Amino acid sequence: MKWLRLFWVQLTSMRTALLLLLALALVAIPGSILPQRPVAPIRVNDWKEANPAVADLYEALGLFDVYGSPWFAAVYLLLTVSLIGCILPRIAVYTRAVGQPPPRTPKRLDRLPESASGTTALSPAAALDATQAALRAKRFRVLRTEDSVAAERGYLREFGNIVFHLSFALMLVGIAWNTLFHYKGEVIVVEGQAFSNNLTQYDDFTAGAAFSPDKLQPFTVWVDGFTAKFETGEVQRGAARVFEADVRIAHVDGVDEQARIEVNHPLVVDGTQIHLIGHGYAPEVTVTDPRGDVAYSGPVVFLPQDGNFTSLGVIKAPDARPEYLGFEGFFLPTAVVDDQGPRSVFPDALAPELFVNVWTGPVRDETGRPESVYSLSKDGLEQMRTPEGAVVTFRIAPGQVIDLPDGSSLAFDDWRRWTKLQVSHEPGQWLVIASVGLAVAGMMLSLYIRPRRLWVRVREDEDGTTRVEAGGLDRADSSVGLADDVAELATLAGVQDAQAEHHDTQEDTP
Amino acid sequence: MTGAYSSLPMVTSAVIYLLALIAHAIEWASARRPVAVPELVGAGAGAGAGNGTPAPTASEPSTTDDPAEHRVTLFGRIGVALTLIAALSHVAGVVLRGVAAERFPWGNMYEFVTSSLAFAAVFYLVVVWRKGWTWLGLPVTLLLSVGQGLAVTVFYVAIAPLVPALHSVWFIIHIVAAAIAGAAFNVAAIAAILYLIRQRAEEKGTLSGYLARLPHSSTLDDFSFRLHRFAFPLWTFTILAGAVWADYAWGRFWGWDPKETWSLVTWVVYAAYLHARVTAGWKGRRAAWLAVVGVATFWFNFIGVNLLAVGLHSYAGI
Repeated sequence: MKWLRLFWVQLTSMRTALLLLLALALVAIPGSILPQRPVAPIRVNDWKEANPAVADLYEALGLFDVYGSPWFAAVYLLLTVSLIGCILPRIAVYTRAVGQPPPRTPKRLDRLPESASGTTALSPAAALDATQAALRAKRFRVLRTEDSVAAERGYLREFGNIVFHLSFALMLVGIAWNTLFHYKGEVIVVEGQAFSNNLTQYDDFTAGAAFSPDKLQPFTVWVDGFTAKFETGEVQRGAARVFEADVRIAHVDGVDEQARIEVNHPLVVDGTQIHLIGHGYAPEVTVTDPRGDVAYSGPVVFLPQDGNFTSLGVIKAPDARPEYLGFEGFFLPTAVVDDQGPRSVFPDALAPELFVNVWTGPVRDETGRPESVYSLSKDGLEQMRTPEGAVVTFRIAPGQVIDLPDGSSLAFDDWRRWTKLQVSHEPGQWLVIASVGLAVAGMMLSLYIRPRRLWVRVREDEDGTTRVEAGGLDRADSSVGLADDVAELATLAGVQDAQAEHHDTQEDTP
Repeated sequence: MTGAYSSLPMVTSAVIYLLALIAHAIEWASARRPVAVPELVGAGAGAGAGNGTPAPTASEPSTTDDPAEHRVTLFGRIGVALTLIAALSHVAGVVLRGVAAERFPWGNMYEFVTSSLAFAAVFYLVVVWRKGWTWLGLPVTLLLSVGQGLAVTVFYVAIAPLVPALHSVWFIIHIVAAAIAGAAFNVAAIAAILYLIRQRAEEKGTLSGYLARLPHSSTLDDFSFRLHRFAFPLWTFTILAGAVWADYAWGRFWGWDPKETWSLVTWVVYAAYLHARVTAGWKGRRAAWLAVVGVATFWFNFIGVNLLAVGLHSYAGI
């Protein structure tokens, strides 16, 4: 029990809090230097391949997920406990103090950091009345006794301090709430198509442990159009300038609504946020098999590989007969072919072209097993060749049709844009924001409110003169105007030309 | 090329800051001779901070005919005058940059550093005007000339519109708060460094020259604290505004982007500074060192993260 108590005292000391703060700063750093799996899983793998000597060690230490690692959690949880341990006793002290009158007037006012004295022509009662009224007007809390006035102000400083620290605990509650109940999904929607808010529609979906699918608000979003504009001037050529998605939302109650989503203007539908987080190109193609039947027709999402939207994708025609047909290739919005090969030199679709390889093979059984729409499984497939034996590969622009050696054809009808939408719901967010706002407000109070104690004593000497003593004490760093306040008090009590005298106290202000 | 109208005053200011730095260097070199009145400087500055009246300062003309003293005064005044001219040119450069770009000039490293230093320069001149603290001249012109010099040589980029993620009212709020907080942190760190030097000299009893003309170490400490007290809530607000904006632009409040991480690291170090000031064994020198570490993290966050790390703030690069 004894060591437990000792541990608690140590943990909740200011020095420990200070060291934990510095530890927090230190342990947060590796995550900004090493790639982090939650943000960039592919870069983590690249890094591990490039540094095989330490990859396993770093992995074991959790350095690729610093902010989810146990030791990072240990530091901030210890800090939180230390903070609460620090602040609870202070709350108790504060609640007692806040109901108390100002401390009684000390015997020796001239020992205070600032003091003033002199004689007055006023009666003791009149002198005290005058100072009391003035202190009240300045919003001091005032205690009047027979021969003195004690005053204190700045109770809000400690209040702010407590609010600031409690807000952090509150913020952690909000974050924990979010972590448990949030969900976040990403979905790619081609212009002219729609998505409904249910699990099957998402390309990528993460949720907290307490999430259940029935929490998804059942609405539908049509993407009617997506606009992207890019810098065409000399400076920052190709940099993004405008992204806008024009959408229609069908609410569950049957009401339709038009809206626009922009990068800084997410859409909120029934409490669910929809952000625009990416875009790309979807060529519209028609695949006709050797029998003349349309085996596939429609837009196909290609995924951008670089800043100029060199996009990779596959077109699958499983219904083609007599053989399965698959196309693999690049969509280049502004295509050039130079010594670096075919590539895009501008992100906008100024001269779009498709560069395609063709794969054929026996018709596949319908297994019902899901497969990626972005990659072509080449098991049992062969590249199509010309009668002369050359691999079939071609480039094609919108409006063109390529006739293939086996009698099938690929028509590049047009292209559309697609947009990647992030749909998220974070129920604890308001609490996080409110607590941070509270923290800032509390911090301002604790930094700017200057607690001050002032006292005045008035006594009649034996010879009939009335002596005034005034003194003051600041209870915070870096306060100004104490000498002025003390001198003003003495003046109010009737002292002529009152001047405050400075007295260096040995101990620092509490 | 409307950009030239803003680059020219910017380059001019960098050159004049350098001249001001040289003037202040001569000022303090002339003051190497031990001064007989360090007590006056210390006591005067201590009380001066208290009631807001200008503290007597070292470079204020004393009634001596000593040529060295005369040189100190002369070059001190030349330094402040040059800084004033440079600051006017500097502020004009920032404003013209905004006019030419048709937006607030806070879109990249060049614009951020020039804006932030403009705040620092104006603040310094106000302090000189109100308190007569010309002893700040040497370190502040060092900061301004190095900062502006880097800005116009290394960080310079031509004017361009903003990427969509920056099209937001938060662009103004978030970055202006960061720029002002940055300016205050830098001047506060200067005061903390001067405190460390002066305090050591006071302990050893080797006050002379420039050091003797600084205010008492407790005044320097207090000045540093006031600036931190001003900057810390502003920095908190910067992070908060950044998080709110990140939610609008990127769909999440906090994602441990390197910039976010280092902003937090900076915040935590400054929080430690504020706690250290009221912790036995930490107040004084250790707290001042934390202020120096704080400004180092701030600079790393600005330069290191922008240039080295891969993150969402990459548009802020050169």
